[in-house]
Amino acid sequence: MLIHEYQARDLFAQYNIPVTERKVFESIEGVKEYATELGQCVVKAQVHAGGRGKGGGVKFAPTPEKAVEHANNILGMDLVTHQTGPEGCHVSTIILVPGLDIAKEYYLAITIDRATQCPYIIASTEGGMDIEEVAESTPEKIAKIKVDPSAGCWPYIGRKVAEALELEGKNARIVAGIAQNLYKMFIEKDCSIVEVNPLVVTEQDEVYAIDGKVNFDSNALYRQKDIVALRDEKEEEPLEVEASKHDLAYIKLDGNVACMVNGAGLAMATMDMIQISGGSPANFLDVGGTATPARVEEAFRILLKDPKVEGILINVFGGIVRCDLVAEGVITAVKNIGNIDLPIVIRLSGTNSTEGKALLAESDLTFETADSLNEAAAKIVAAVKK
Amino acid sequence: MAILVTEKTRVVVQGITGSQGAFHTGLMKEYSSDFVVAGVTPGKGGQELDGTPVYNSVAEAVREQQVNTSVIFVPPPFAADAILEAVDAELDLVICITEGIPVLDMMKVKHAMKDSKTRLIGPNCPGVITPGIGKIGIMPANIHSTGKIGIISRSGTLTYEAVDQITKAGLGQTTCVGIGGDPINGTQHLDVVKMFAEDPATEGIVLIGEIGGDAEEQAALWIKENYKKPVVGFIAGLTAPPGKRMGHAGAIVGGGDRTGQEKVAYLEDCGIKMVQSPSDIGEAMLTFFN
Repeated sequence: MLIHEYQARDLFAQYNIPVTERKVFESIEGVKEYATELGQCVVKAQVHAGGRGKGGGVKFAPTPEKAVEHANNILGMDLVTHQTGPEGCHVSTIILVPGLDIAKEYYLAITIDRATQCPYIIASTEGGMDIEEVAESTPEKIAKIKVDPSAGCWPYIGRKVAEALELEGKNARIVAGIAQNLYKMFIEKDCSIVEVNPLVVTEQDEVYAIDGKVNFDSNALYRQKDIVALRDEKEEEPLEVEASKHDLAYIKLDGNVACMVNGAGLAMATMDMIQISGGSPANFLDVGGTATPARVEEAFRILLKDPKVEGILINVFGGIVRCDLVAEGVITAVKNIGNIDLPIVIRLSGTNSTEGKALLAESDLTFETADSLNEAAAKIVAAVKK
Repeated sequence: MAILVTEKTRVVVQGITGSQGAFHTGLMKEYSSDFVVAGVTPGKGGQELDGTPVYNSVAEAVREQQVNTSVIFVPPPFAADAILEAVDAELDLVICITEGIPVLDMMKVKHAMKDSKTRLIGPNCPGVITPGIGKIGIMPANIHSTGKIGIISRSGTLTYEAVDQITKAGLGQTTCVGIGGDPINGTQHLDVVKMFAEDPATEGIVLIGEIGGDAEEQAALWIKENYKKPVVGFIAGLTAPPGKRMGHAGAIVGGGDRTGQEKVAYLEDCGIKMVQSPSDIGEAMLTFFN
């Protein structure tokens, strides 16, 4: 689960990581007054997508008049970045923050390394840039500092971070403390990544975290009530929000062949086969190990809400899930939803697949069947192309 | 011969009185009646569930029933605790079926297990089955058959696809191991490959992986240098957009990871016969035995 920059700043403040003041606006009202108070300021769009600056969602304002102008332009814009797709994402919230005189920008982040199964603090002197570009072009400028999770983040690790950032004296001590506090937050809040980019030293020799990205482990949200309260459903794909309410693992993609599958691995393989057969998957959908008729119907409704969908592939390997129950679910879903004027290909295999196929054959549904995934993918792609 | 699950296995079900635990205990006993000898649910000791005695702790199940293996069905908030309890009781093998355990919990579990003798399989996995001997997990028993192919997979239903085809190809399985779809899990592809390599009954391996991480690559590199028998491989998720988590928490391409296509190419370079579709696994394996 992602949060907004202003929410990340507030979390940083809770953990004694120095941030500048900020005010949130959903309309132009009050912008001029606050900008006057700040002197020079920065107007920042609050959306979850990265790359806001390049897309025109972050603007420096030397005067209050400029701040109002930027706020007017950014509020309500459809911000296009490399993470949003061409339609962009709508900006309904901005923040104003002081415009600092920045002397140097740094990068600081924490995430878990899968190979060693330990948290790593990642630090770089090349702050303010896209860290993946830095990793590509100058990997030697990125320090990766391992933390033993059973020992925790001791002061020496903070000192290593400061050293990696080539800091000395007062600022080295401050940044060492920031690294330790950030680690504390990472653990206590069940983060999957925290990123401060940039962490800055100003001309006045002060240290601030001036932008932050935080992502949380969705498996841990049950024990992070205050984090769940920060969720902004506006920022998420509406169909994904709806699917998550029914406990369905659904990810919307750009294609026109919808698929409904049991099991994440098989669902991925089904998407791949649609693509290999010359089609384009509209989604990832795992109906899970308890594909009851009610769940199948919910899943069907969600798939059909995507206007790009031109055909549906159902691929179920019955294990604990019985194919006859899935077939029943499909029949009831189609009956309840009404006329589905799209080609449907169904592949049932495993437990009770014979019974399932018989049920489908007896129903008055129009559909094709397939014995293997290869055949199913080829059939639905051909049907959609007609 | 087989790996992990053998005639000596004595199973305790942790979370036996929950709906999932009770349901699957029934199916496991149906497959091999004397295999599951105990259950544990704290506070419910002294009961019986369809003839299986329930204990308050894993240690008690060890004392009373000499269990050496546990299978865990407890809900995510309590699953890490259940794993650690089984490790503390010094079981040989712990298989955690539970899906949705917080990553930081698993990180702590893994570090706590560093010096233990216990092997953890999972979490978020279908379990382990040695056809004809015993089934520990949630896989459908009827598709399996005794034979000579070892199967390793991160995903449940994809494993079933492979198993079904290997059965229909007449090759059968020695043991099928679902290692789970989480980013931090107990046992990696490489660990299982090494076990199969030491098992004389296993004459070939099916290795099923997913995008994200580099566990499949590590196994492939070892296979290239050490394993001379046939290996058929499949990687799911080649068309998944980077940065999107595809159901499994582990199935996400992050910074520094190979893309799906690069992963397939790497495995191919290591001498693994890669198939484009899971429908082709059985046929690909059969080419080595005709």
